Formats: sequence, structure tokens, C-alpha cells
Amino acid sequence: MIGKSVPRKEGNNKVTGAAKYTNDFSVAGLLHAKLLTSPHAHATIKSIDVREAKKCPGVRAIVTGVDYPILTGSAIEDRPILALEKVRYFGEPIAVVVADTEYEAQNACTFIKVEYEILPVVNTVEEALEGKHPLVHEEFKNYTQVKELRPDPTRNVSNHVTVRKGNINEGRTLSDITVEIDVSFPQSDHAAMETRSVRAEILPSGEVYLHSSSQAPFTIKQSIGKYFNINENKVIVHTPLVGGAFGGKAAIQLELIAYAASKAVGGKLVTLTNTREDDMVSSPVHIGMSANVKLGATNQGELIMAEIKFLFDSGAYVDEASDITTTAALNCTGPYKINHVWCDSYCVYTNHPYSTSFRGYGHSELGFAIERAMEILANKLKIDPMELRIKNAIKPGDTTPSQAPLTKGNIGNTAKCLERVKELINWEEGQVVPISDRIIKAKGISSLWKTSMSPTNASTGAIITFNKDGTMNLNVGVVEMGQGTKTTLTQLLAESMKVDESKIHVKMEVDTQTSPRHWKTVASTATFMAGNAVLEAAEDAKRQLKNNAAYALRCKPEELEVGEARVYLKSNPKSNVNVKDVAHGYKYENGNAVGSLVIGHGSFMMNHLTKKDPQTGKGVPGPAWTVGAQAVEVEFDTKTFFYKITKAVTVLDVGKVINPKGARGQVTGAMCMGLSWASREGFTFDENGIVLNNQFRTYKTIRYNENPKYIVEFLETPQSDGPYGARGLGEHGVIGMPAALANSLSAAAGVPINQLPIVPESIWRQKRGGVYDINKF
Amino acid sequence: MKQMVELTVNGEKKRIYVRPAATLLNTLREELGLTGAKPGCENGDCGACTINFDGRPMKSCLTLSIEAVDHQVTTIEGLIDTPIQQAFVKQFAFQCGYCTSGFIMNCHALAELYPNANEYQIKDWLQSNICRCTGYEEIEAAITEVLKNKAIEDTPS
Repeated sequence: MIGKSVPRKEGNNKVTGAAKYTNDFSVAGLLHAKLLTSPHAHATIKSIDVREAKKCPGVRAIVTGVDYPILTGSAIEDRPILALEKVRYFGEPIAVVVADTEYEAQNACTFIKVEYEILPVVNTVEEALEGKHPLVHEEFKNYTQVKELRPDPTRNVSNHVTVRKGNINEGRTLSDITVEIDVSFPQSDHAAMETRSVRAEILPSGEVYLHSSSQAPFTIKQSIGKYFNINENKVIVHTPLVGGAFGGKAAIQLELIAYAASKAVGGKLVTLTNTREDDMVSSPVHIGMSANVKLGATNQGELIMAEIKFLFDSGAYVDEASDITTTAALNCTGPYKINHVWCDSYCVYTNHPYSTSFRGYGHSELGFAIERAMEILANKLKIDPMELRIKNAIKPGDTTPSQAPLTKGNIGNTAKCLERVKELINWEEGQVVPISDRIIKAKGISSLWKTSMSPTNASTGAIITFNKDGTMNLNVGVVEMGQGTKTTLTQLLAESMKVDESKIHVKMEVDTQTSPRHWKTVASTATFMAGNAVLEAAEDAKRQLKNNAAYALRCKPEELEVGEARVYLKSNPKSNVNVKDVAHGYKYENGNAVGSLVIGHGSFMMNHLTKKDPQTGKGVPGPAWTVGAQAVEVEFDTKTFFYKITKAVTVLDVGKVINPKGARGQVTGAMCMGLSWASREGFTFDENGIVLNNQFRTYKTIRYNENPKYIVEFLETPQSDGPYGARGLGEHGVIGMPAALANSLSAAAGVPINQLPIVPESIWRQKRGGVYDINKF
Repeated sequence: MKQMVELTVNGEKKRIYVRPAATLLNTLREELGLTGAKPGCENGDCGACTINFDGRPMKSCLTLSIEAVDHQVTTIEGLIDTPIQQAFVKQFAFQCGYCTSGFIMNCHALAELYPNANEYQIKDWLQSNICRCTGYEEIEAAITEVLKNKAIEDTPS
């Protein structure tokens, strides 16, 4: 079962339209909620008049911020459920209308009168750091910090993370050569095809039922409990199949609004689904960044020091941005051995939509900065960029910027990934090869790494029960959002029980009342965490099966083995009993019953993770580092600056491939997302902080046939504590793509390209200084 | 005010009451319980709501329900075990599954109408849908496989 491309368990339901997502539900009496959102990026709310709106047909209730003067947030409680007193970003929810139908709710929104006093906007992280007034959060000092942060409220900084490894002065002295670059990219969007959706109901018993398209159903339970002062055990969250998430559905937002909406109509069932426009800006987005990187090396190309500054655009509220700021700092060098590292990473408030986790969680962001700097360093040293990377690739025995020790068991082989990419992209051919009088073929490379920062005690569980025919039911708290974990876990269980995967029924929906608590389905950790729990549950089930079978086979349980739907004597497999006959106790021929019903359970908890030192960042942030290398090949038109991405390569050290086609799909999908982001995605803000492209008409993503040819290979350096040696791979394909693309285009155009997204116009600006010269065409 | 209309969906005649402004997407999902067609943008940009309208792909979010009177509407629920559905499973051509109905309806119509579609035509058609999970490689494999088999099937022996 391991290494077999098992088609996904829910596949037939997905190709027939039968698969149900949160919003695929309707029932007579279901009420519909719609959001009224802010047309301004920064303004004081002078008044909200809902009288006219309340008179609109079908309207049952309208809730505004003053009804729930509560501040929420996972790191710092800075965000009201609905805007209170002021709005801090374009698209911020101000009111929610509950009506009999969606269109009636929508209609009533247009009758709500809001009077604003417009305030100057903080439109860039640089402006924010200047302490431009009014601050995004004037009342910051009164907020409750949930996590340990180091803020500087007068400069709009919610968190300042420092990493201090080695001695930076010594590093500067020892470096023969240094390079310095600035890179940046604006916020962008996850753009999952399913917009966020939630349904809430409050029963007379006090139980609160929520159905949510979420990566974090167990966190919803906590948040609803906490902010509405309800005993958490009364909150029950269901998450059916999720239509893509990419980090964007780990944040808690609409759930709180839906609860308030239901409460306003006496607890009746209310559904709230984002429009695409709201999903893009009202709900949290992918973080933006400006960075400055200085790298120092010897003339021979040995990296000596890195001095890095990250300015993360958290937007109007912090949410996960403070932790992304932290992760980026703790892993700031990428997969390179550097002894002297200083990093200052700032989480900065602006009047932009607020940022949350995005596939890669800080690593694609830091990767873009560091890999562009590596390229420029290679050019300055006149060393082959591939050789520079291989020479400095991190390996067991080295330490990370946060001084976490790297071992054979917790990191893969970066150099080997690079060597293989070198072959696959035909690097020897040369980085730039003209193929006609105006088209240039160019290649760019990037290394990548990622750890999964989690709470030090993040945990999960698995439960196995048996049907009368001996087939198994598997229940885990992992959300199925397209990543295929449910199928992977089925394969792990099938391998352990030595049965075909068709003998296992895996529950797709998460129900917090019956599914074992799972931290969150984030950070490419589900296979690692839940996989270990499933294997432990399988061992537990086998132990119980053997106990029951021992009665049947008149032996000690230790003499037995489980496999092929049977329990058999190790010494004589012909002496055996069917699993189905011992899974529910064992019945002798005369009717006497012995043994017990088999229910296998297992759990897993992160171990050996430590909190970071507040000054130096020293600590172990994650269980392991997945490493890899990537390359991009482009065909660049030297006249128009248009380009075509022809080829993209990834070699990733994943420990063990459990489902080859599934794994390839995760990686190519992530590569496509990374290239889409790097080549065309990003919010365009006008001078008032208004997002100009909050729909697919104007926010472009890669479409069919715009994708490159993918070349993907895996190395299998086992992770010592991973299930069958496997480590996470869901996010990693994104990470090196922006840098590899920028490196290829910088080589092709002969100018450094350090801003994303890289559209022909931005290359033109860089190349021609933004001057249109007819003679050049 | 709602009016009664008769729609033909997946070969079945359905009498339902709809608002003149109700989109076909909305009616299929809310009135007929056919939730395979998905709202992704309700602006005609993403193709998740694609259905077949007299055998041609149509974005049901841009179609009024009343426009469907006297026409044949086919949704994903109306396809049973078609080659394109099988190919999507076999080729791993979906992950989260949310765009899948729309892609399949588009591919199905293409295979039926233009079994000899060339690369340009395939691109032209399939660019009206967005998939955010895959890198399109598997979708390409699925449609290519179906068209190839269809061409073989249709060749007179």
C-alpha cells in the first residue's frame, strides 16, 4: 500500500457532483446572512443607521459592531467581529444582515447608511514604520496579547523578532565580499475556489452547531466559547469537504459573525457565504513583504554572514502574521550553513486587508529574499549559482539560524536535491541560451526548506472501529481540503493491517463531537501527525484482535500475527481466524462469548519542541526540515519583455513517498500556485488603500495551458519519527518558485528583478527605467 | 414575483417557481438540489458553475433560469460514468473537487462536439475554468486521453 498511487477515496463523489461542501445545503427556513463591508481603508465610523434597511422585505435582523464590542485574535486581540468605531481596511465587515433569502439580505445591505470621517491611510510598511499618524491602532496598549510579542505600537509594529547567531561583527570582518539587495511583493490572495462559508445554529439546550469550511474546526470551538462566553463543550463544529484552503481557512472570522447573526434571530439556522469579492479582501489574505538582505562570503564562495531585515505587511490586524514573522526569522537563511546571522523581522500594521497563513508560512517569502541575494552573490563572485548553493548547502551537524541542531533524522539532503535539479534542467547547457534573434531561453534555480512551526504540544488522535464484515472505519480530526490526507492515512492503515485499502472506510467529515481532536490541518503536518496516530491505533487494534483470537486459537496473544484480514499463528499461518470473527469479541460454537469489542485508538503529540529565546531566537521551532531544490526555464522575448514559463523542476526530499501520483499532484499544484503568484498575482492598491483587483476578472491566476511542463522527483532520506519515514510535502512546491522565476528572468533581461509579481511591464520598467523608446522596438 | 416555469434538467421535466432575476445556478442549487454546479465567483470568471445548455458549455451564474425554458440543461449529476469522469479519477485530475464539476462539463461538451479538437481548441475552451489545486497537468492528461479514445472510437473501421 505504501508507494501505490491509490485514487482518492472520495474521488467518485467529486466527479459526479455528489460531494458536499459547506454551502451545498439548503432547508426550508434557512436564513441567509450578507456582509456590508467598508468602502474605505481607514475611516472613523460616525454613525450607522439601519432603520431603512430593517424595513426591507425579508429582513429578520441586522447586527453591527456595537452589538458585540469584543476584540478577537489568535496572537493579539486587536480585531472586532464587526468594525467598531473605525474601519481599518477596504472590505472590513461593518454589519451583517439576516434575511429570508440571500438576495433580500443583499438588497437590505444597500439601505444601511454609514457616515464616515475619512482618515489618512497607512499604505506601505515603510510609511507605517515612520509612525505615520493616525496609527492603525491607537489603542494598542489596551489590547490583550495571547502570544508573546515584542511590539512597538508607536511605529505600527505588532511584533519584532530578533535572531542572533554567532557574532555579526566577526562575520563582517571575515567576509571578503558582501552583497545587499532589497526585495518586495504586495499582499495577494489564497483564492481557493470555494469561498469561505459557515452555518450557525443555537439550540435551546445551549448547544451551538457550526458547519464551516475551515482548516481548524477545533479552534472554532475554542474561539466561539471564548468570545461569546459559552462553555466550549457546548460548541460542536462540523467540517465537510473543503474546496481548497492553502492556509486561508485556518483563521477564524466568519464563524464569529455567523454566531452573532444566529443569536440575533433567536438561534435560528443562518448561513453566511462570502462573495468572491469579500473572500478576496474582507477575509484574510496572503502576507506582503519588503526585505533587505546582506550576505557576506569569502572569495572562494563560502557563506560567512547574513544580515536580514524583513518587514511583513500584516494589514490591519495581526491574526497569524506575527507567527509568520517569527518563522521567517528563525529560518531566515534558507537551507545554507551560515555561522553569523542577524535577523530583524517586523510584523507591521497597515490599512490593508489582514494577513494570515499561506502555503509555505514565511518560507516562500524568506526564500525569495535569500535566493535573490544568493544569485547576486554568485554573479559578484563569478561563481556558478548552482555551485555556490551546493557548496553552502546545509547538512546534518549544522544548526539553523535559531541554533536548532540538524541531524540525519530531521533534515534531508539539500545538496543532493540541487545536484539532481542540475541534471534535470540541463544546467550545463548554460543559464542563458539565445534561441532566435529575439527569444532567449533562461534558467533560474532556488533551494528551499521548511519546518512546521506549531504549538510545542500540538496533538492529534485516530480511532479505528470494525464493521461486521471485518472492514474498518477510520476516524481522524484532519480536514480533507484536497490535499488527499484521508487517502494517505488509509494507505498507512492498510499497510499496517496488511489489507487492501478498499477494506477501509475513512470518515471525510470532521465532527468535533466524535472526531479525535486534531490541532489544525495546517503546516503540512497532517500525514506526519495523524499518520503516527493511525499507526499507533493500528497497533492497538491488532493487540485487541490478538487477545480475542487467542481464545479461538487456544494460544497466547503473543504467538499471533494480524494480516490479510486474518489473525494467525506465527508458527503456523494455516491455523487462523478471520478478523471479522474476532473484531467484536469471539463466540464459541455453543454460543458462549468472550473477549471484547475492538476499538483501536492512537495519538500523537509533538515532542522536543521548545519556545524561542526572546533575544536570540534560540529554540527548536518544528519537528523537521523538508528540503529541496527547484528550477524554472523561461523563453523571454527581448523586444516585448513577454515571457513563457516552459519548464519547472522540483526535487524534494520527502522521506518516503506514500502515494506517488498524489504526491506529484501536491507538488505540481504548489509549483503552479508559486508561479502564478510570482508571475501575475498581487493586490493593486490605489493611493487611498483601496484594492483595485478583488475579483478573478482583474486578479489573474494561471489558467489551463499557461502552466509549464513539470519535472518532479523525490529523494527518500527517511525522517526518523515520520510514519514509514515520511515528512510533509503539501506546501513545499510553492517555496522556491518565485525566486527561481526571478533568477531566470533577471538572467534573461540582464537586470535584477526583485519585485513580485513579475509582469512584462515590470521588466520593462527595470530595463528601460520606465521610459518608452520607440527606437528600441 | 415568482413565476412557474418548466425546465428540462438532466432529461427530466421540472415545474418550479422562480424569480425572473434568479440565475440558473441559483435555481439548480436551491430549487432542484443539484449542488454539483458551484458558485466560485458568480461573475463568469471561474467556470465552477459550468453546465451544458443544449449540449454546449454555459456558465450557469450568467444564465437566467427563465432563459433555460425550452432548452436541455445537463448538470454534472446528469453524467453517469462518462469517459471524462473516469479519466478525471484515473489521472488524479482534481484535488479539492470544487472546480471539478465545471471542468468536467466543459470537457464533456468538448469531447462530444469536437472529438478531433486540436491543442489550440482545447486550450481555448479550458481556459474558461480555474483550478487552484492542480497545476493543470492532470486535467490535460484526462482530456487528452478522452479525446484520443473518442477519435479512435469515431474512426470508421
